[in-house]
Amino acid sequence: MIHFLQTLISGLSLGSIYALIALGYTMVYGIAKMLNFAHGDIIMVGAYAAIVAVFQMKLPGLVAVLAAVLVCTVLGVTVEFLAYKPLRQSPPLTVLITAIGVSYFLQNIALLIFGSEQMASPVIMKLPALVIGGVQIDGITWGTLAVTCIIMLGLTLFINKTKMGKAMRAVSEDKGAAELMGISVNKTITITFAIGSALAAIASIFYGSAYVYIRPTTGAMPGIKAFTAAVFGGIGSIPGAMLGGILLGVIEQFAKAYISTLWSDAIVFGVLVVVLIVKPTGLLGKKISEKV
Amino acid sequence: MNQYDKASSRLVPYPSGALVPERDLHAMPVLEARHLGIDFGGLTAVDDFSVTVGATEIAGLIGPNGAGKTTVFNLLTNVYQPTRGNIMLNGYSTAGKSTHQVSKMGIARTFQNIRLFSNMSVLDNVKVGMHNHINENLLAAAFHGFGYGKAEKAAADSAMELLDFFHLADLAKAPAGSLPYGAQRRLEIVRALASQPRLLLLDEPAAGMNPSETHELMENIRRIRDTFHIAIMLIEHDMSLVMGICEGICVLNYGRIIAKGSPEDIKSNPVVIEAYLGKQGG
Repeated sequence: MIHFLQTLISGLSLGSIYALIALGYTMVYGIAKMLNFAHGDIIMVGAYAAIVAVFQMKLPGLVAVLAAVLVCTVLGVTVEFLAYKPLRQSPPLTVLITAIGVSYFLQNIALLIFGSEQMASPVIMKLPALVIGGVQIDGITWGTLAVTCIIMLGLTLFINKTKMGKAMRAVSEDKGAAELMGISVNKTITITFAIGSALAAIASIFYGSAYVYIRPTTGAMPGIKAFTAAVFGGIGSIPGAMLGGILLGVIEQFAKAYISTLWSDAIVFGVLVVVLIVKPTGLLGKKISEKV
Repeated sequence: MNQYDKASSRLVPYPSGALVPERDLHAMPVLEARHLGIDFGGLTAVDDFSVTVGATEIAGLIGPNGAGKTTVFNLLTNVYQPTRGNIMLNGYSTAGKSTHQVSKMGIARTFQNIRLFSNMSVLDNVKVGMHNHINENLLAAAFHGFGYGKAEKAAADSAMELLDFFHLADLAKAPAGSLPYGAQRRLEIVRALASQPRLLLLDEPAAGMNPSETHELMENIRRIRDTFHIAIMLIEHDMSLVMGICEGICVLNYGRIIAKGSPEDIKSNPVVIEAYLGKQGG
């Protein structure tokens, strides 16, 4: 029973990291209608930013987090401006291939600067382990869970209650109509990229704390898993990304604990295949209705 | 005495020769389009389109299918950039402006096929329409501070007021997509009005309505003008509606204006009759 609970909690924690990243995929897809495959590499950049901030610039942990968020936000907005904005009217395939190109570009830049050797990430948060009813929860595990819960709550409020959030929902439903209401679609897309990248930066801190070693290709696996999570929950849906991410993390941890570490990824993607067969739009995805 | 009575609707010319209702003669026209034209590839969709709409005029834009009426609306809102000609909204040129900037200049529209944000609530649709007028500080929003609450409350209040005006207040919380057809049409008008336009463009507002709904719509259009003192330009195929409420009418065929004038002039104009019904005895 204790083993079960511990697995569940570490699954929730891992899942909340996936959820943070998945939010970036799903928001960008919902608003710009593109799959930003370079999103995973933003995590890698965030992790390196934290390494540089802590080990080379000797900044305190919290400042390093802010530095990583800043670097990633600026990077996300810059990539959007330089690579994706000129392709706004292009076919989706062009944008998709550009995103893959951006992904390789970022990986190779990191390779040039930091080399192919893995680097240890700093410990940003030293939180005491919690013991509840015999279940021991690591500081980083509950810290991740707590922070992501707050972020998701804040994001939900932002999307539903603020003027900018409403503008984002309007743009995701009908760009043309939103533009005619006085909403700048370009500005909305920029803000979406900024938010998505900032969330990826926070995810990178937790990811680094949990997995310790960072290399230029580090972003690929959490990136693809978070993308899976976004599809799992219904791409374009914000609660869907949260649910999909958390479920994915829980399934992965249970597969590792009870079935096989080697097979855990296969099981995760197998569940995705089954879900998409039963519900092609994902768990919380909206039914796509044809415009007539 | 209604300031918008029959007598004040009589069309009189500006010095430029453009016709507007008599009461609007001393106000700046809300819209002046001069020699507008647009080509798609080699095809000229609209050419030499000139129209003047008075400050409180209800204007009609009619013509057979494919005449370019909706294209004109897209030109007026800069969804399409005109190839030729210029547009003045309240005396300001819209050249080089993007669609969202033009919306801030006081123009709003509805669509031929309803384009509500159907997953958002009725109230949120109206609030999106108010986008230009909600002054909301993001930092205040983050902390749910005083300024945020006030701006949000004021927005909600005036949105509810508008919804009430069109008997939609009871449905404020419902998703827009769940509304019956007629209510969705009304909501689109409310959303457009929420941006506080000086000129409201209605693209086939009576499409799909039965005669009693059309009659109610006519009353509503008049009520909008009488209450908000704005100009309305509408595209419509329902001639009872057009002839019943429009003061100035512009007839388009093959992308060109073939006639302009009061409903009486248009009804008896042989060129218009020919465009709609074909040549007599031919």
